[in-house]
Amino acid sequence: MEKHASRIEEILHRFPQIKRNALIPLLQAFQDEFGYISEEAVARIGSHLSLPTSKVYGLATFYNQFTFTPRGMYHVVLCNGSSCHMAGAGELLSEICKLLDINDGETTRDGHFSLEVQSCIGACGQSPVMSVNDTYYSGIGVKEVREIIKQYREDAE
Amino acid sequence: MQSEIDFLLRLAQVDSSELTTEEERKKNLLQRKHLQKALVMVNSSTSGMVAGAGETMEAIRQYVAERSIDIELTETGSIGLSSEEPVVSVQLPGRTRIFFSKVRAERVASILDDLFHQVVPGDGVIGQQRLDGLEGWADVPFLDEIPFFALQNRMVMGACGIIDPFSLGEYISKGGYSAFLKTIRSYTFSEVCKLVEESGLRGRSGGGFPTGLKWKAAFQTPSDQKYLVCNAEESDPGAFMDRNLMEGNPFQLLEGISIAAYAIGSNRAYIYIRSEYKDAIRRIDHAIKELRAFGLLGDNILDSGYNLQISLRKGPGAFVCGEETALIASLEGKRGMPSSKPPYPSSSGYLGRPTVVNNVETLSTLPAIVRNGPEWFRGIGTEGCPGTKIFSVSGRVAMAGLVEVPMGTTFDTIVNDILGGARKGRELKALHVGGPTGCMVPVDLMNVPVTFESLKEKELVMGSGGVLVMDDKTCVVNTVRYFMEYVDKQSCGKCIPCREGTRRMAEILGSITRKPDDEEGHTTLERFKGVMQLESLAEVMKDTSLCGLGQNAPNPVMSTLKYFRDEYEEHIFNRKCPSNSCTELRSWFIDVDMCTGCSICAKRCPSDAIIGTSRHPYFIVQEKCIGCGICYEVCKFSAVYYK
Repeated sequence: MEKHASRIEEILHRFPQIKRNALIPLLQAFQDEFGYISEEAVARIGSHLSLPTSKVYGLATFYNQFTFTPRGMYHVVLCNGSSCHMAGAGELLSEICKLLDINDGETTRDGHFSLEVQSCIGACGQSPVMSVNDTYYSGIGVKEVREIIKQYREDAE
Repeated sequence: MQSEIDFLLRLAQVDSSELTTEEERKKNLLQRKHLQKALVMVNSSTSGMVAGAGETMEAIRQYVAERSIDIELTETGSIGLSSEEPVVSVQLPGRTRIFFSKVRAERVASILDDLFHQVVPGDGVIGQQRLDGLEGWADVPFLDEIPFFALQNRMVMGACGIIDPFSLGEYISKGGYSAFLKTIRSYTFSEVCKLVEESGLRGRSGGGFPTGLKWKAAFQTPSDQKYLVCNAEESDPGAFMDRNLMEGNPFQLLEGISIAAYAIGSNRAYIYIRSEYKDAIRRIDHAIKELRAFGLLGDNILDSGYNLQISLRKGPGAFVCGEETALIASLEGKRGMPSSKPPYPSSSGYLGRPTVVNNVETLSTLPAIVRNGPEWFRGIGTEGCPGTKIFSVSGRVAMAGLVEVPMGTTFDTIVNDILGGARKGRELKALHVGGPTGCMVPVDLMNVPVTFESLKEKELVMGSGGVLVMDDKTCVVNTVRYFMEYVDKQSCGKCIPCREGTRRMAEILGSITRKPDDEEGHTTLERFKGVMQLESLAEVMKDTSLCGLGQNAPNPVMSTLKYFRDEYEEHIFNRKCPSNSCTELRSWFIDVDMCTGCSICAKRCPSDAIIGTSRHPYFIVQEKCIGCGICYEVCKFSAVYYK
């Protein structure tokens, strides 16, 4: 816990004397560093910028990029853009949710997997597209998804 | 270093006839007309990486290392053939460049083996680039002879996939930055505004507002500081033209931004880019650093007295931030909510100062306009809508990709002639144009020329140019429901018609694309009430929402109710999806011949709809079936099917 607090200070140290318009880059730095934004971080950012904590939290929850639970060991990103949706991303999503027993934006209890649904990653020629920790899988079906998840699950254990 | 900078700046300013022989030689090297060693270019932009370009590059490195061949391996952008990725091009010294499709790691060795023996590989050849003075490959079509390229006018996108996006030298040697230098040396601020106004350029992000007028308004507002913002928050699902321009030719965008900033007398520009576009961010970031090093950005650019700083801002992801006032709010560190206009951003925008927000495609068009003059630009496209427009076509189409055509081209040409129409054995049903807040264009309207006016006449919109192709196996109602759910999630929640309207619409569309729990009582009444009110709800949203998101959100519903009413009726009255895409409306059956009577489906069925005795074929009672599809998933003998 203390380590977390000291890392928060470290990041804030990189943004000295900032104004409100640097709030988003600041939150992004936290998101990139930790993979999520913790309660302590929100409170500390508020005091750093002399803003109420509610304002910071209100802003962070508005945008899709910020998450408030730690990411899993394997971060699964599924594209649900219009082209991927048409190619069956909806079915893949319900399969992944069922396999991992989590919903969009959640992390499994063992911390192995987290799931994020993106609106379009812009690779519409290869739909449907999924990525796990930046490794891409394209043109996949339900069967392939089962195998991919199974493989990562074995690796995690 | 300094001599290189001087040489490049000289290239950008003088006519090619004034160059010495030595300079001409250096220019040819930069332009890659003359090569010292073989050149291999791999499209490593997002679309390529997803298809496996990373492994392809690794395989190429390994191939040349094993045989100790000296080549130049370079990253590039996409030429627009998204469904043919990874695209790799190879140029041997003295010969033209040849393009290959779908080059996965395992095909690298055979292609390079053939080419190094001066043989054209048998399959996967797209074509060769027409380059003067270089020997062509026999029996390989030139790119400009293939329908995909021949019918396009790739004025803005032409260099994507051809040049190295990390090399400022190559960009300048091919005519880049001459427009910006001409701007700061020979024009005053208002002259540039006037030039662009004369060219008739209109914003490419959907509204079609004349760019020159927007600039003039900002230029004429007195202020100590003005801002130019490049809107690269391309969050329409299915639109990827801006990403491709940023990944394939970042210097062109930055030159456009520099010209626009100069025109409004601003020395501070921001690029507001989607944080998901990691590769585009990497390339633009590199390009900005390069320009600073060459003195083309920063203070007192080339002793002209003009200062310009461009910074990247990563958008944290909100569809509504594509709207300019919401984007400005987000830049200021607030929730990205739109505000009512007036005041327009051109008089009071970022931090209360005059701000111009232009889209990536609009800005990328500027260098060509300044270089060739407004008359040249007006000669392309139609009278009211000069220039070209890039469309990103995806979905059930033979080839998905990016197509740049002059304004006034029909959708028929774009989809059928350039991209080969529907997939094999399928029939085209409709096009969804303009992303989640766009319109469904039925096949009969595909011959409408694409301009802002002619589409408006037919109550259609162009949007940002994303085109989703639908064939007879896709459901119109299901697609509209998907878009409505998307807009519902993305609505910022500020005004009620949009916040509540999109939610109610998504609910209504949801209720007609799934089977009801029971046919009686309250739920059915509510469902019918919803369906009856769909149209009036759409009108209220259109009339009373604050920003473009809410006003355009009912577009998909209104256009499909107009052109595909029969499909709605089929869903509502017969509870059938004509194309079988609505999974929850499917009727499930058991094939008597395939069923072994293992009884697993009957045990797992949540609504006890499957009856039978073990070791005999089972049967699904349609009245009880809720269409969950569990029987289909658990059956080990593929005996369950739907229709």
